[in-house]
Amino acid sequence: MIQVFPINTSAFGVEANGMTKRFGEFTALDAVSLKVAPATFHALLGENGAGKSTLVKCIMGYYQPDDGEIILANDKVTIGNPRVAHAFGLGMVYQHFTLVPAMTVAENLVLARDDVPPIVDWTKERKRLDRFLSGMPFRVPLNAKVSAISAGERQKSEILKQLYLRRRFLILDEPTSVLTPGEADEVLGMLRGMVEKGELTVLMITHKFREVMAFADEVTILRRGKLAGKGHVKDLTPDSMARTMIGAEELTVQPGRAGEFGGPKLTISGLNALDDAGQPAVRGVTLSVRGGEIVGVAGVSGNGQRQLIEVLAGQREAESGKILLQGEPYHATRQEMRRAHLSVLPEEPLKNACVARMSVADNLAFREFDRAPYATGGWWLNGAKFRDDAERKILRYKIRTRSSGSAIGELSGGNVQRTVLARELGGDVSILIAANPCFGLDFAAVAQIHAEIIAARNRGAAVLLVSEDIDELLELADRVVVMFNGELVYETPAAEANLTEIGRHMAGH
Amino acid sequence: MKADVGAALAPTAAKQFLREAFQPKIWRVAEYVVIPALALAVSLGLFGIFVALFGKNPLDLYYYMYLGAFGTWFSWQNTLIRAAPLILTALCTALPAQLGMVIIGGEGALLIGALTATGMALAISAAPPLVVQISMACAGMIGGGLWIMLSGALRHYRGVNETISSLLLVYIALAILNFLVEGPMRDPTSLNKPSTRNIGAANMIGNIPGTEVHWGLVFGVIAAVLSYILIYYTVFGFAARVAGGNLRAAKVVGLSVGKLILVTCFLAGAAAGLAGMMEVAAVQGAANANLAAGYGFTGILVAFLARQNPLAVIPVAVLLGGIGASDGLLQRRLDMPDASVLVLQGVIFLVVLASDSMYGRFGWFKRKAS
Repeated sequence: MIQVFPINTSAFGVEANGMTKRFGEFTALDAVSLKVAPATFHALLGENGAGKSTLVKCIMGYYQPDDGEIILANDKVTIGNPRVAHAFGLGMVYQHFTLVPAMTVAENLVLARDDVPPIVDWTKERKRLDRFLSGMPFRVPLNAKVSAISAGERQKSEILKQLYLRRRFLILDEPTSVLTPGEADEVLGMLRGMVEKGELTVLMITHKFREVMAFADEVTILRRGKLAGKGHVKDLTPDSMARTMIGAEELTVQPGRAGEFGGPKLTISGLNALDDAGQPAVRGVTLSVRGGEIVGVAGVSGNGQRQLIEVLAGQREAESGKILLQGEPYHATRQEMRRAHLSVLPEEPLKNACVARMSVADNLAFREFDRAPYATGGWWLNGAKFRDDAERKILRYKIRTRSSGSAIGELSGGNVQRTVLARELGGDVSILIAANPCFGLDFAAVAQIHAEIIAARNRGAAVLLVSEDIDELLELADRVVVMFNGELVYETPAAEANLTEIGRHMAGH
Repeated sequence: MKADVGAALAPTAAKQFLREAFQPKIWRVAEYVVIPALALAVSLGLFGIFVALFGKNPLDLYYYMYLGAFGTWFSWQNTLIRAAPLILTALCTALPAQLGMVIIGGEGALLIGALTATGMALAISAAPPLVVQISMACAGMIGGGLWIMLSGALRHYRGVNETISSLLLVYIALAILNFLVEGPMRDPTSLNKPSTRNIGAANMIGNIPGTEVHWGLVFGVIAAVLSYILIYYTVFGFAARVAGGNLRAAKVVGLSVGKLILVTCFLAGAAAGLAGMMEVAAVQGAANANLAAGYGFTGILVAFLARQNPLAVIPVAVLLGGIGASDGLLQRRLDMPDASVLVLQGVIFLVVLASDSMYGRFGWFKRKAS
């Protein structure tokens, strides 16, 4: 039976000592210790694959550690499954929402309880909910459908749900990745307030140093499954934390900006497109990108950026509007892409730009396979050329693969993206379309991809960069536009960009 | 000195090369042989139980099946005669499968191909036999090709599911065959069984010398080999594999997916149409209801059992041809109804589809392959 533990009504601490977790021969977590003191805001930092998720999943009972112990408020406990964790008052908020969109916030809250009665007495529940909310630092519209409220309100509802279920130790897994900077600050600020009042303990997985510096008390940093460092945030700087995260690895040096803007190379006018459900997603977008310029498109995900990129990449047909590449009309045919030297770095490269079961060499050849020297006489594939070229690109772009003949689906995310980068930027590039090119990648890959994009810009390419990461946009772009609800609503040179102003427009104000 | 070192190193290096380059490949291929073979064994086991329920001895069943399929030179020839159209109709499923399409209407393309080939032969029956035969083959391939291309076009331009449309087109093809054979094209002298006029003995395609097996087998093998080369060694095949592996990736690099679909479907239908032409020019001598013998449907089974690999289609077609050939012996010796072989085919099909989930599940293959 589940070990009965008094439900905590105030914040408590969690200690995990010597946690080790192996998956087959791979050690995901190697004797890592984490100590979160009661009523503190603790940040867990690390690159992708550093073991952050594995560690919190061990604490939440999703995984059973091979070694190590968990101490909850001074008692050693065994957490056999997530229900036990919940009974102890541990709660987790995920990066993506787990609320039912078609139900109201109130319904979602009641639904989440373990003891939902067969017939819900809504008058009584409403009274209880109101009483509960009156003690909370933030409000959500209880009667609104989840599908109708903003991302910030949804994330607040997720957190409220955990508090409503009387969880006093919250694990947040990149909770702000879908929020505007303003919303993120608001939500984290409220949590910070509860922590300071001693009502809550927070362990937050993140990769945003800004949030760590502003909200966290202590930080634990993992690297490749091992504890790489820990300390009080006030003693640390973003630079020192980043160095601890990446270790001794050499990062690609970012080239400086060079060259002048040329004439417009990519011109979009009055573009309209629908989403998969047939609803308007891109509304009258008009935009022009000059040679030697990076235009960044900011926006909370789901505001039409994906559909805009899909139209440009040839994956979606536009309803109306005109696209010109170097002044010539464009309908996403191979000839037009070639003539204009168009390259695309789509988001989720394995899903959008690769064939998982084909080899790395084949995937590298997608743009060129049908002409000499890859094809002899326009018909015969020249296998030796595929291999030679692949081997050259694997070296040049530091793609880690067993061989050029390995299926690309076996590679890690960073190496898949490097492969696509090698294919798309390995030749002449005049126009580059990139969408969240660094999503989920480690520092080394991000630095390399950023350097390649800047280098392409310096060579005179027109770059359209869509990203949900504002820091990335401000670092790379020459000009930033904000997309909201399918429209471009704001434009500013990156040098004069004001984060608050951009955030306001992202939220549609 | 240098040469000595090289000579001493060479055998080890060669061995290592073989180990690294070749063995993984063998083990990777092994999975694709062992799993279908197991699926086949399981199906035979299940069919054995089915037969035992009717009070027959399953061991007798296996013995007579072997005897009827591969036991004698006579049964071998019977098997190969049946394998010939199966290779071609299997290609009708295996080629579109490279594009991720499931076409199950090979039977329809076979019937249309047989009709157009017959029509061509009757129209130019006075020409020299070789001209008639080549024209028949072309007519059959074009007829069958356009028939399956219709499914491809419906899919590409109208979003109609190609599996459903190709299957429904089979029944339309059958209706057209029956209409023409019993109506406008009927030979008035064919009384009991409506047929078209005979294409004439001179225009018939003969047998491979020294056998009772007609030349269709050779054409089937050539078509399978050409398909394999097309898919794995040409620009067209590469584009098809990209589009079949990930449509979104194909669009990002600007491949013309519509063209790929239409051409591939045409080639697929052409293969089945050629099978229809062969059935007329080498077996039936005229178009009639006998053509709808189910080769198109068994071809689907062959393609799936061969995991849509055009080369693997050849041995699998021989195997399935053998099962078909053993039918007669099972009826005579075991007194089983003639539909029992169809039951076996159905069982094989289900088990093979179910076995699809087994790939990659055996760590043993993976360890050997890496």
